[in-house]
Amino acid sequence: MPEAGWRGDGPGEIIVCPNGPLLVRGDVDLVDADGAPVERRRATVAVCRCGASAIKPWCDGSHKLMPRDEP
Amino acid sequence: MRAPGSRGAVSAAVIDVLLADPDAADGPLERLREATDGRAAADALLDEDLQLALFLLYEQHYTGMDAASERWEWDSRLIAARRTLERLHESELTARVTIPGTPEAEASAVAETLFALTTPTPGPSLARAVAADATADQLREFLILRSIYTLKEADPHSWGIPRLRGRPKAALVEVQSDEYGGGRPERVHATMFARAMRAAGLDDAYGAYLDAVPAATLASMNTMSMFGLHRRWIGALCGHLAAFEMTSSLPSRMVAKGVRRLGFGDEVAAYFDEHVEADAVHEQVAARDLAGGLAEQQPELVEDILFGAAACLLVDGLAAEHARLAWAEDRSALRDATVGV
Ligand code: FES
Ligand SMILES: [Fe+2]
Ligand SMILES: [Fe+2]
Repeated sequence: MPEAGWRGDGPGEIIVCPNGPLLVRGDVDLVDADGAPVERRRATVAVCRCGASAIKPWCDGSHKLMPRDEP
Repeated sequence: MRAPGSRGAVSAAVIDVLLADPDAADGPLERLREATDGRAAADALLDEDLQLALFLLYEQHYTGMDAASERWEWDSRLIAARRTLERLHESELTARVTIPGTPEAEASAVAETLFALTTPTPGPSLARAVAADATADQLREFLILRSIYTLKEADPHSWGIPRLRGRPKAALVEVQSDEYGGGRPERVHATMFARAMRAAGLDDAYGAYLDAVPAATLASMNTMSMFGLHRRWIGALCGHLAAFEMTSSLPSRMVAKGVRRLGFGDEVAAYFDEHVEADAVHEQVAARDLAGGLAEQQPELVEDILFGAAACLLVDGLAAEHARLAWAEDRSALRDATVGV
């Protein structure tokens, strides 16, 4: 039986973290504006959505220093 | 790991026992019992003798000490001594750790509480000191202090894996897999740290600098080992990992800045750069799916989860403040400035 936190059975998923990054897990194509693949150095990555990261497209925790903006 | 020097009666007795033959150790064991029976500590977390003794006893469950019989690991006489010392450590932790109001046993509420607990604070910190004005020798001291945990990075939390099921288990394994390099040996975090130490001109053998490391740093390691080795502390172990990950990305960025400012080069910076990126992922998984997921499965563990997180902040804060204050007074943060640096 699926428990809370079970996320379906698709090949990949993108989780919107409140006041934080997008967690990208599994088989999801990550490409830049020209369609070139963005190199992933780990299986699950956190993509910045606050704009403040110094290592974009990845999150570096800088969102914690930004004003909160739900969700 | 080679045998360290002792720091008092208890650690001296532990070393004697470990170096003895388990079949002919009555004398050393009797002296250890005498040293631990009724042993009190004004401040167990900063007690050099007690923390070293506890560290050496826990080390039997990792890779052990050179010349110590592997049979000591499960020797009931040694476990009994460890339990006496653990009680001192545990009661000091329980007395000093304050946990914030307990949230609902719901993943996002637990994550929210953990993020609030670990909110970055302005003001002096060890990482800021490394970024701004630490000297090259101080950066080496920083690496030496970190080496006690980081050369076996992630190991204490791996003990949690068989004690979890479902969502929190998947979360812990996901984080640990990344800590262990995702299948690539050269990307194992402990191995990256060993590379950083060598590039900084330091010895990367485990425990090479143990004699130089003060009680506060050993207390940080011992807290993780205690949570990891006791199934009853599984909630605290998960909370500890969450807090650890949640206080890593931004400080790692500051340390990387200091590494570059001092010209230590890419091999040293690589470890900290990796943690800016990796721990921004790990903190989300650890807060929401590990700690939060566990809270939903076992609501009675919410308090333990927060206790573990707060204990992490307390002991790691003590270790960092010890170093920061030493530097602020132009002293070495190590026990003996002639060791290693
Ligand atoms: S979302 Fe984390 S730094 Fe932007
Ligand atoms: Fe790591
Ligand atoms: Fe991590």
